[in-house]
Amino acid sequence: MKRLLLVAAIFLASAIPAHAGEWSGYVAGEFLGFTENPQFSSQYNTYLSVAAEPEYIHEWNEGDDIFTFTPYAMGDNHDYRRTHVDIREFSWNHAADNWELATGVSKVFWGVTESVHLVDIINQTDLVVNEDGEDKLGQPMVNLSLIRDWGVVDMFVLPGFRERTFPSKNGRPRFGVDIDTDRVFYESGAEEWHTDFAVRWSHYIGAVDIGIAHFHGTTRQPRFIVRPAAINPATGTISEINPLYEIIDQTSIDLQAIYGSWLWKLEAITRSGQGDRFYSYAGGYEYTFVGVFESQMDIGVITEYLYDSRGDEIKQNKAVQGKPFDLSTFQRDLVLGARLTFNDAQSTEVLASVIVDLEGGGQSYNIEASRRFGNNWKLSLEARGLTNTPNDNVMASLKDDNRLRLELARYF
Amino acid sequence: MTIPDRILPALLLCLLPISLLAETPEEKGLAIAQEADRRDSGYDHYTNDVKMILKNKHGKESIREIRSKTLEVENDGDKSLTIFDRPRDVKGTALLSFTHKEGPDDQWLYLPALKRVKRIASDNKSGPFMGSEFAYEDISSQEVEKYTYAFIKDDTLDGMDVFVFERYPVDKKSGYTRQIIWMDKEQYKERKIEFYDRKNALLKTLILTDYNLYLDRYYRAHNMHMENHLTGKSTLLLQSNYNFDVELTDRDFDKNSLKRVR
Repeated sequence: MKRLLLVAAIFLASAIPAHAGEWSGYVAGEFLGFTENPQFSSQYNTYLSVAAEPEYIHEWNEGDDIFTFTPYAMGDNHDYRRTHVDIREFSWNHAADNWELATGVSKVFWGVTESVHLVDIINQTDLVVNEDGEDKLGQPMVNLSLIRDWGVVDMFVLPGFRERTFPSKNGRPRFGVDIDTDRVFYESGAEEWHTDFAVRWSHYIGAVDIGIAHFHGTTRQPRFIVRPAAINPATGTISEINPLYEIIDQTSIDLQAIYGSWLWKLEAITRSGQGDRFYSYAGGYEYTFVGVFESQMDIGVITEYLYDSRGDEIKQNKAVQGKPFDLSTFQRDLVLGARLTFNDAQSTEVLASVIVDLEGGGQSYNIEASRRFGNNWKLSLEARGLTNTPNDNVMASLKDDNRLRLELARYF
Repeated sequence: MTIPDRILPALLLCLLPISLLAETPEEKGLAIAQEADRRDSGYDHYTNDVKMILKNKHGKESIREIRSKTLEVENDGDKSLTIFDRPRDVKGTALLSFTHKEGPDDQWLYLPALKRVKRIASDNKSGPFMGSEFAYEDISSQEVEKYTYAFIKDDTLDGMDVFVFERYPVDKKSGYTRQIIWMDKEQYKERKIEFYDRKNALLKTLILTDYNLYLDRYYRAHNMHMENHLTGKSTLLLQSNYNFDVELTDRDFDKNSLKRVR
């Protein structure tokens, strides 16, 4: 799939008219350091990586037609799976009076909540870039948008599937058992060439924005299986697990309402096709205090509640019986956060949050900060860690992974 | 030709200069604002480019570049789409804004890295726009209904005859108690504005110069200098490339148009 995309991109890139286009993008260096020694001997205490994401844009017909090409490349000094290239975008977008058509490799975001992105399903997660899951792989698609008075209907045909990326044995943080992405299992006989479909209606009525969507196709979030050969018969330990991509049906709703300084948010999904039907939702609010302490700073207070009917314990028994199991991380969790927006010339921002597992699964901490230097440089900092994580929780393999990530990016 | 007795007084009244009528300072201030609004309405739509040079108190500069599209909406505030080009890390970010004469404005922000369209609250109007000395409320569509008014005096400014009047924001979320406007009597355009903060202290002064005339009717200041007296910082806002002939419709100002911004 990836190779084909590259070939198609190179072929089409040579056909781009040489004039009137514009390049922009960034190059970034990243340092990732851990405060404790690793749980697994194949891991390291520091990682260095570089990444680049240039973007070429060409517009014609007064902006009614737009061509976008966004390649991405990353190199890491220890984790060979982080070293990868991708076509984030290679698409032609045409806009008419009451419809739009996007064709090619592109990215689509759905959703409203801050801590998780449950309803966002069109693109696969590029998990090796950052464990927050907000980096996405380019998805081949034809997307027709019908723009009506009663809302926008988006129809998607998604030919071809992208596998989720996972860290290698040398990667950190990672799950306790190596995820063998060289041997991937599919429910559909068409494997990665199954054509997926999605439809979404979205609208806004006064202070309320709403989206209702249905997706049919290969799940973006795999379950896992243990092959008998991966079980050591003497000790019963598992050496590796394999992703299993099943055909799912997922229906979702996302909702946001504004009331003064309050933003109320809800995302909910129900999915069938991966064992029993399950459901999951995230809901909460963000309240913003504008101009606090007689300064120009805004403080947003975020509270979100997360529920997932699948549970977050390690399904050890299922695994050794050869049944598929999932690695879902939230069952009943509460997110408390604060967003500081300094509104200064350097666009300084800080987001701090803690996720509390309400069923005794510990807490996870997260601080993100960023600031621009000069006109073209940006420094970002992330500090993450876990406390009180019980050994039977999916997150247990990350409990010694308190970490600091520092990224310096040059934009052009 | 005879004129019926009963309409003669009415006709005579019409011939009187407006200033001779008993008019309160509030009425006169409002009348000036309404006249300025009348003269500036009917443009339908336009696009323009904006460059901001932010200067801190040590004289260090940072640059902002944005493109803007504006659509006039009958009986309501303007719709506008603001596209950020510089600094480069926010390139492609766009703000869609539906101004309303009454009640909060509707605003959506497009974040290109995530391809996310985010509905945002509009009550941070007192906050700085892109870290500059211009607050959101300084650059958003100025509707007559957003203020109450009081005329102060006739005066001269740089050799121009001007009205001097105050306006008071209706919205409690405004960062100001009042603004003093110096508006020239010939074109009804603001030449100078003083902004007084919530404690009624002089916070900022805006000087507007280099007015250009478009479509023989609409004056636009190409040079706006905002000085913050509290922090010593300043922002020079330069406008250029005004185009009133461009075809723009509601479709250029919807949530889908945000995603097409480049």
